[in-house]
Order: sequence, then structure tokens, then C-alpha cells
Amino acid sequence: MKFSDTFEVRFAEMVTHYPTKRSALVPTLLYAQDEVGCLSDEVIAELAQRLELTELEVRNVISYYSMLTTKPRGKYNVQVCTNISCLVRGGEEILHHCQKKLGIGHKGTTPDGIFSLEEVECIGGCSWAPAAQVNYDYHENLTAEKMDKVLEEYRRKEMQ
Amino acid sequence: MPEVTLTVDGKKITAPAGTLLIEACKSVGIEVPSFCYYPNLSLQGACRMCLVKIEKMPKLQTACTTVVSEGMVVTTDSDEIKQARKSMLELLLGNHPLDCPVCDAGGECELQDMTFSYGAAESKFMEAKNHRDEQQWSPVVFFDRPRCILCYRCVRVCGEGMDVWALGVQNRGVSSIIAPNKEDHVECEECGMCIDICPVGALTSGAYRYKTRPWEMKHVGTTCTHCGDGCKTTLGVRRADTGMEIVRGDNRDKSGTNGDFLCIKGRYAFDFAHHEDRLMQPLIRKNGKLTPATWAEALALVGKKFGEICDREGGQAIGVVGSTRITNEEAYLLSKFARVVLGTNNVDHHRTADFPAFAAALRGKPGATASMADVFTAPAILLIGNDPTEQHPLLAWQIRNNVRLHGAPLYAINSRPIKLRRQATQFLQISPGTETQLADFMAGSNDAADALVSPSTSKDAWLALRDKLKTEQNLVIIFGSELRGAAVAELVKFGASVSGAKFTCLGDYANSHGAADMGLYPDLLPGYHPITGSSEFHREWGRVPQSAGLDLPGMIRAGKSGTLKALYVVGSNPISRLNIDPFVFSNAFVVVQDMFLTETATMADVVLPAANAYEKSGTFTNTCGDLQLVKKAGEVTGLKGDFEIIVRIADAMGFDVHKLVPFGRGTQADMGQTRGAQSGEADRHAVWLEARGLEPKMSPFDPMAILDEIQRLVPGYDVSRMNLLAGNSQHTSLAQAGAGAAHKPELISSANDNLFTSGTLGRYSHALQSVIESHEAKHSEVAAD
Repeated sequence: MKFSDTFEVRFAEMVTHYPTKRSALVPTLLYAQDEVGCLSDEVIAELAQRLELTELEVRNVISYYSMLTTKPRGKYNVQVCTNISCLVRGGEEILHHCQKKLGIGHKGTTPDGIFSLEEVECIGGCSWAPAAQVNYDYHENLTAEKMDKVLEEYRRKEMQ
Repeated sequence: MPEVTLTVDGKKITAPAGTLLIEACKSVGIEVPSFCYYPNLSLQGACRMCLVKIEKMPKLQTACTTVVSEGMVVTTDSDEIKQARKSMLELLLGNHPLDCPVCDAGGECELQDMTFSYGAAESKFMEAKNHRDEQQWSPVVFFDRPRCILCYRCVRVCGEGMDVWALGVQNRGVSSIIAPNKEDHVECEECGMCIDICPVGALTSGAYRYKTRPWEMKHVGTTCTHCGDGCKTTLGVRRADTGMEIVRGDNRDKSGTNGDFLCIKGRYAFDFAHHEDRLMQPLIRKNGKLTPATWAEALALVGKKFGEICDREGGQAIGVVGSTRITNEEAYLLSKFARVVLGTNNVDHHRTADFPAFAAALRGKPGATASMADVFTAPAILLIGNDPTEQHPLLAWQIRNNVRLHGAPLYAINSRPIKLRRQATQFLQISPGTETQLADFMAGSNDAADALVSPSTSKDAWLALRDKLKTEQNLVIIFGSELRGAAVAELVKFGASVSGAKFTCLGDYANSHGAADMGLYPDLLPGYHPITGSSEFHREWGRVPQSAGLDLPGMIRAGKSGTLKALYVVGSNPISRLNIDPFVFSNAFVVVQDMFLTETATMADVVLPAANAYEKSGTFTNTCGDLQLVKKAGEVTGLKGDFEIIVRIADAMGFDVHKLVPFGRGTQADMGQTRGAQSGEADRHAVWLEARGLEPKMSPFDPMAILDEIQRLVPGYDVSRMNLLAGNSQHTSLAQAGAGAAHKPELISSANDNLFTSGTLGRYSHALQSVIESHEAKHSEVAAD
């Protein structure tokens, strides 16, 4: 399996950071997911071999972290927090709003493959609740209108 | 290690520094409950059952992950702790199906026991339980997910203990599940350790599930009859139409050298005993066809024929082939029967290792053999040849765990990339057939290293390895049958230059070592005494023919030329195992005693149905030379042990059996009269006598009478009888053995069994066959892609 040169450079450096190869697994999985879109069987087999792990061990780790996925997601993964701070500040409403707007549920993906939606636990944005995370970008102090704008922004980016 | 003093429940106790609190408590009889903690596996801290109060610590602490420290004050029993344990159980039971009345583990379930001891019979949970259908992960492993309490013992024993890593944990929190390595099934060594170690009934055995309840079986701890490692296996036995049926194999008492370990054969492959092809009555060839007959008829015929041939042609016209699966007592008796009753030295067996050369090399060297226990504690190990993972699973377990727990260096030299290279400090691959040069090199011949040099290992590397090995203390040197004859002597010569070195010679079958020790050779008497010399046996046995007899190839030649008039085969299938033309013995009178109509038995004139190792008593000597008790699990109607058959043939020949078996010397015996309803059942009789330390030897069929003689006469077998009877392994020694003999290397024929095959027994085990088929099916799927 072939990864980009950027991945290879990052990977080569990453493995030098830890005393055991296994420790580089989570960051490597994140890089691979960003590049491939999801952690396919092929990716799992490749990384297991590189880090001297069994495929089962790699799958165990992937299944533990909700940020890692074995199935393809939309280009923009909208993660709405409904943990305590966000909940009391209207996080659930934001989630419902997104569901209606995008026409998909938790872990769903729009037919055009642009968005997918996820209800997540605390993302550390409590001070600016309710908060959502789209891929690696944070959007805070959300209201339904603000959320619409955020989604619009991404859709426009995609159209260009 | 320095001792640490601490207080537990007001009691002052001491424990070596570094001891886990849970172990320190256990050592003084204070029980701290736990599910996930398991000795010799990595710490998990998952089940939270072992919570205790430690002074100056804010919250309850897990005793299984806390190391004792000086002045620690611990409480293991308070209202707070009781409540904590109860809550943990309530949580575990929240999704547990409570199907105990049908669960395999019911009656021997740790969760049941804990609930009984610590409460939580009532639950505050009102939610519906999550149901999942049970899954079959392999022919022998089933998983019932709702019963799982996520202690991760199975994951750890499979990975750390077995180095298989077939099980893992997926997802997180309440949705965590134990997952097999191939999505819906496991691809593994099928050892079943995960089932044995499961504290509940989540992992169950394909061989045993839903068959019976633990309390309906009699549990007999005996020695496994498959490979040469001699694991203790506990057979769960139930009454059946035939007299008895084995329904389960496991190692529930864990008192054997194998501890927690048992492989697929010991755990599931007892079912050969109940195979539908099992011979249940004697067969006599009448008009060219094997026809059912009575024991009396069959024994009389064998006695008459053997007698006639002895009188007419002399004993040298008869050949005797012994077994590697009969007990020491039977092998000794057969050896004696051949010499004394038949008057022949034409005795041989299926040889799988050069024990005579090994005995000769170790002569006069006390303490030079390693026991199975030594392999686990040895400070360093050198492994030459063999593939223990496949052929000696317990030995491989001992090696792996020694490396893992004690950090012992393993030096492995093999012509194949064996799996144990993963544990090896140094693994060196050599060309097949260069093992002899390796032994020469080890013993000092630097020129021999030329044959060993490869692109990955230079001559200097070999020299460095040899120097390194010489600096090791108490090195255990294990070698396979690749080394024979002079090569064994050379290796032992090398061992002399390593301080405290001990050896193990690997033979293939359950009693290969015993068969050799008991003199199933044409030129050796028990204890490796040459037939031509003089020994205790010459004096005691009286009539020992003075010249060496025929080995198996010799018997074949004699069969072809017609000078061999009779062949007596005991528990062996030379026609198939050694690829012999089945017609060479057409003109001889052939008697075979075996469990099945083997290739050899089909051409016999008389076939006698023999009991197997699970149906008789005696002793086995494992490949390390550890003597262990074979206990009768039960009797099957119509069958007789080889011991009884041999004695009765001698009797039928008109021989005074007192001269064969020293019985009838006891002065007191209870023959069942005090036991009312249970009298007359031979299996219970043996158990009863043993429990009371009685050995009356009132019967000519009592193997203990021959064990007396073995212990008295066979060098190295004078071990503690009490320890032996108590079920412990007793290491025998070769230091006082006879001079041995130099045999042709080609007489040794390795079985080359793997984890799923087992000589002639394996093909009669449905469990082993089903595993082989499922593995083959998977491979062909892959091939088709």
C-alpha cells in the first residue's frame, strides 16, 4: 500500500519518538485516516505490519477511539458535542438542527458525500458551549443560525 | 529479597518486597476476591473486585495492582468494602443472563461463587438485558457474549501465555466485547486455554458444552496419552452403556508440571476412546476372515501357538513389537515376557529418539537431565532442532514463560524458522542435516563450523555463540531427534564445559522415554543394560538369551525369508507408521493387541482389544524423564489392559506367572468386602486402595507389583513412591544406567506430528479431525481467491 511522501516523512519521524513501535499507532492511524479517508482493511494490514502488531490489535485500538473509523465518512465530519456544558447551553438542539438540515442521523453521511454527522462527548470547548468540531476546526457559541452559516461555508468551499 | 512488614485486618504479616498485596493476603489465608487478577499474567485492574482500604489513601485501592510497602495498614473486610464488592457484582450481573441452570460453568463458576459469598442477589437494574446469540469461533471454541464479564483473562493467556494473540477487546465501556482475530472466528492453536481460564461460562468447549454438569462427573487426574510431555489432564468421567464415558478433559486441579497449560490434544482429543471403530471383542482369523471370538478362546489360541513355535523353532522365531503408549509396567513386563517366557531378544518399538546414546553419554553424570519443571526455571536455554510449539506444546509453554517471566535467554538453532524464534535472544538457522556438524562444532571442532556458516551467520558469530553459551550457568540443553548416535555424545561433551548444564532429549510419544528405559530393544535390557553383559536382570530374570535379537528391519527380513514364525505386536502399528509392506508377515502367526483395527491389525491372525491409557493404571515417563502416575478413569466392558493380556498369554503358555509378576506377597488386603455396593468395581477399587495407601499386590494383574520390581532394578527409578502416588512428577536419572548401545541412526523415525495430529490416536479423534478440516477449509478459501 502506498502513502504520500508527506505521510512517509511524518511516519519515519513519528516512530523515533517512542521506545516501542506500538506507541506510534494512534498518531499514525490519524495521519492515515486523514489521507485515505478511513482506515480500510488495506490500511490496517499495512500499519500492523509496519508497527509489528497483529491486525486484531490495530482493530482493537480503532474500535476504542470514536475519532477513528473503518468506514468512509463525508468530506466534512460535523461533530456536535452534547456533553454536560453543551447540553445545558443547547447542544442537543444544535444536533437536532443539523440532523434536520443535513437529512442524516448520528454517524450518517449525506448522499453527495460532503457531510457526515456525529454526536460526540466532550471536545473541550466547554467555555464556549455549545460547540461543534468539523474535521479539525472548532465552532463555538453556536446557535441554529450560526450553525447554518458554518455548514453553508463548508458547502461553498466544496463547490469552488 | 528484603521482607516488608504490613498489617492486614489487624494481623502483622511479612512478605518479600515487590509482592502484590493480593498475594500477600492470600499467603496468610485472607481472601481478597478478584476476577481479572491471574498469577503470572499481566495486571489488568479491570474487575474492581479486589478493592481494599489502605490507610492514608483517599479511596479504596485494588489489591491486585498494589505492591506491599513497609508499614502499610490494610483492611480487607469492612462495611465500605462489602458494599463496594456488592456494587461491583451488581454491575457485572446487570447484563449477565442468569442462565446458570443451563450454563456449562454452572456449579464451578467464579461469578456464582462470588455472588454467594458477597451478595448482590437483588439488583436495582430494571433495564432489559442485552442479548446476543452465541457464536462458534472454531470447532472447539464457543463464545456466549452476554455471559462475559470482561476480565480479559482469555486475551492475556492467549497472547502472553500462548504467544498466539488471537483474542482482543473491541469498542469501549459498556459496549466492549472480546473479539476473535478473524472477525467471526479464531485462527489459532486451538489450545482452549481461554475456556479453562474463563471465570464464567462465556467461553465454552465444543467437546463438552451442554453434555453434563460438573457434579455429575467423577474427576480423575491422569497423564495425557498424546505427546511426550506428560501433562496432567483431568478427565471428567460419567457412567455409560460401555461402563464409562469421558466427557471432558481439562486441568482443573492444576497440580501437574503443566500448571495452567493444556493443549488441544489433552483437552479435547480424549474422544478416540469412544470412537465407533473401537474394537470391543477379540477377533480370530477363521477361513481367512477375522471373526469375533471370546477372550478365553483367543488367549488359549495365542498361548498354544506361541508355545508350539517356542518348542519347535525356539524363541528366536518370534518377534515382539512394543509400544510407546503402554505404561512403564507394561513395557517392562513385555520386555521380560519376551526374554523369559518366549526366550527371544527380537524386541523393538517405534523409536523416535536416540535414548540409548543419550543414556550412554550421561552415564556416571548425576543431575545431568533436566525435568519439565527445570525448563521453566532454567537461567538459560539452548534449543537445538525440533519444533516444540507443534511437537512438544508444554515444553514450548515452559520455554516461553521462562523467557517472559524470568527473562531467561533462549538460544535456538534450527533448520526451520520455528515459532519459538520469537522468544529467542538468538535464533540461528542452519541447513537441514547439518545438526551433526553443529554438535561436532559445539564439542570443539572449529572446522565443523564451515557447514554452519550462512549469509546471516558468520564463522565468528558461531564462535562467539559457543563462547557465550559456555559462560551461562545451569544451561538447559534441549535437542530433538535430529541429533543421534555420536552427535548426542558430542553435544554432551560440550555440555561438560558449561557449569551445571542439564539435558533433555525429545522423543515423540507419551511413553517413548519409558519404552526405551524399559528395554524394548533387541540388544538392551531395562536400564540400558547390554544383553551381552551381565546385570541384575540377567540374575533375577534367569533365562535371558545371550545374543542380540532382531530389530524391526531384521524382523521384516526374517518375515520375508520365512524364518520368523510369529509376531506379537503390542499397541503399535508398524505397517503404517514405518511404511512396511503388509504382506511380509503373511506366513507368520501374527497377534496384535490394539484399540482399533489398524493396518497392522487387519493382517493379524488374532486381534485382542486393548484398553488405552485412560482405562488403566501405571506410570509414564515423559520425554524429560519425569515419572508420573497414570490413573484409571474407568473401565470399558470387554476390554483388557495390555498388562493383563501379557500375563494371561504367559499363563496360557503354561508359564508360572509368579516368575513374571512378583505378586501375592502382601499380607493384608481389602478386596472389596468392606465396601458393600461398591465392591467389585475395579476402578473404584484402585482409587479406594490408593486413598488408604494399601498396595496388596494380591493380583497378578497389579501393575504396582511390577513397579516394585522396576523401582528395585531399573537404575534411576528409585524415586519417592509416596510422592508418585500423591500425583507429583518424580524425576528419574540416567546416571546409573547401563552402557547403552550404538544404534544405526536410520532406526529412528520421527513422527513429525503437529498440534492437530497425534500418531495413530489422532485419526480416531473427531475433535482433532474437525479442527484439521476447519483449518484446511480456511486455507483452501484463501487459495481460491
